[in-house]
Amino acid sequence: MDISGTAALVTGASRGLGEALALELGRQGAKVVLVSRSRSALEPIVRRIREQGGQAHALEADLGDKGDVYPLAGAASALVGPIDLLIHNASELGKTPLRLLLDTECEDLERVLAVNLLGPFRLSKIIAGSMALRKTGTIVHVSSDASVSAYERWGAYSVSKAALDHLARIWAAELGAHGVRSFSVDPGEMDTRMHAAAMPDADPSTLARPAQVAQKIVQLIRSDSTPNGGRLEAAQVAGSP
Amino acid sequence: MKAASQPRAEPNCERLLVLDPEAQAFADFAITDLPAFLGPGDALIVNDAATLPASLRAAEDLELRLLSRLDDGSWLALTFGRGDFREPTEMRGQPPRVGEGERLDFGRELSARVLSVDPASPRVLCIRFEQEESELWQALYRAARPIQYAYVERPLSLWDVQNGYGARPWAFELPSAGKPLSFETLFRIEARGVSLLHLTHAAGVSSTGDPLLDARLPLAERYEIGEATAHVVNQTRARGGRVVAVGTSVTRALEAASLSGSVRAGSERTALLLGPGSRLRVCDGLLTGMHEPGTSHYALLEAFAPRPLLDQSFRHAERLGYLQHEFGDSCLILGGSLAGVRRARDAAA
Repeated sequence: MDISGTAALVTGASRGLGEALALELGRQGAKVVLVSRSRSALEPIVRRIREQGGQAHALEADLGDKGDVYPLAGAASALVGPIDLLIHNASELGKTPLRLLLDTECEDLERVLAVNLLGPFRLSKIIAGSMALRKTGTIVHVSSDASVSAYERWGAYSVSKAALDHLARIWAAELGAHGVRSFSVDPGEMDTRMHAAAMPDADPSTLARPAQVAQKIVQLIRSDSTPNGGRLEAAQVAGSP
Repeated sequence: MKAASQPRAEPNCERLLVLDPEAQAFADFAITDLPAFLGPGDALIVNDAATLPASLRAAEDLELRLLSRLDDGSWLALTFGRGDFREPTEMRGQPPRVGEGERLDFGRELSARVLSVDPASPRVLCIRFEQEESELWQALYRAARPIQYAYVERPLSLWDVQNGYGARPWAFELPSAGKPLSFETLFRIEARGVSLLHLTHAAGVSSTGDPLLDARLPLAERYEIGEATAHVVNQTRARGGRVVAVGTSVTRALEAASLSGSVRAGSERTALLLGPGSRLRVCDGLLTGMHEPGTSHYALLEAFAPRPLLDQSFRHAERLGYLQHEFGDSCLILGGSLAGVRRARDAAA
């Protein structure tokens, strides 16, 4: 997939991996819509992309809120045209410090599923129909090691990411023949605010930088050999071109 | 004909009235039977405009409905007075006069300046929103609601008025002919060797509540036809395939884009009116909703089928309880579509 001129939408773009992905896509010439719950947090990133000669727009939305999703999709395609690249990066970790399932409130699990699973489904459902009609489009689901490993205290987040991986596979199975690619990618452990919230004792110097991981994910998006429906690991991607 | 009073929970249950102008015949089917009427080498074209929330409230007695977005970024809007969607538009109160230069507030985030008032109708305004780009679109989506209909039981949400393949929000009302098309049906159509194509047309409002204004509809509406769609439509025609438009908006865009012969790609505006006697240059068939005689939509159907056949088949549909309007049943008008049915009938006779 050619990034230049692509209409891209990145959720959770106000910091961490989402910010890095938006900057990388902007640098490579995409028209980027950045989404987060706070518009003011997005504006400095939008300015940076524009200063580098890129095209970027900020939209405020809570992916866990059903009423926010159609307005987001509509405003995004009014700004940059039909979306060609959709990156589900926004994530809700759940209550921190992370807790055992027996100590997890049902409402907390619901909120995690709303943001990490239902929100991506709703947004993909709106956008992927046009992709299938146009016979082009890529949907990226940012996953986690927790989607395959059963770590104590990561229950709510884990089950949401396991379901998200499978959602990515089923989109690929149903839409692959119609020109739409869908895969999930585990970015690995990164030096982000979310990582610090989940594992406050980790040494940041041992963690990957979001900018480097973003480059690898964009490489996967560009490559025609990325398997449709695959679950990929950013750490396995060879260095940037 | 009765109106469908709410969006269907199960679109695959919708009915399909098939009219064959060549056979002078009609017959009843279900929307899921549509693939059987299309075959290899044919093309089906949908309008991929998403529907905007186009109804804004400036005051208790002042609603604005967006009509059209002009090339300079200003908008045409129509004012409505006191009352809400539960009252038919023609029963609404007279809106207050809005003057040139006046500022209109739609909540805290969205405002507009009135650039001009139509000399022929003080209800038609040209406005410019004071917000731009992402601030404008975000505020518009927060402040506005979809245009509502008196015959619909409950207020419509934004998701009620979208087609599954909608992308850019150009339409002011749902391009409703596509509403009953599930992806299951669309993919089955493609699997038969039919080219599934799209264009974008800014479908406008259907009713103003004022006969003089209604007579000015449709306004010049913008449309965009991509290179790929234009090419495949022209190729379909050249090879003897049939071109079937989904909706009157697609028909008008394709016919307007081919006034000089083949379909030209590009972005234009058209106020083209089609009706009895219109020569169709591109479209062989039309999938549309059920319409009533006397409307501009019904007149457009007369470009595809003679009036007596339309009248007879729609009376039949009404007797059978077909539903009309945005969430109603469908009608396919396609020459040769019932050839098999006619053969069977002739054999029986």
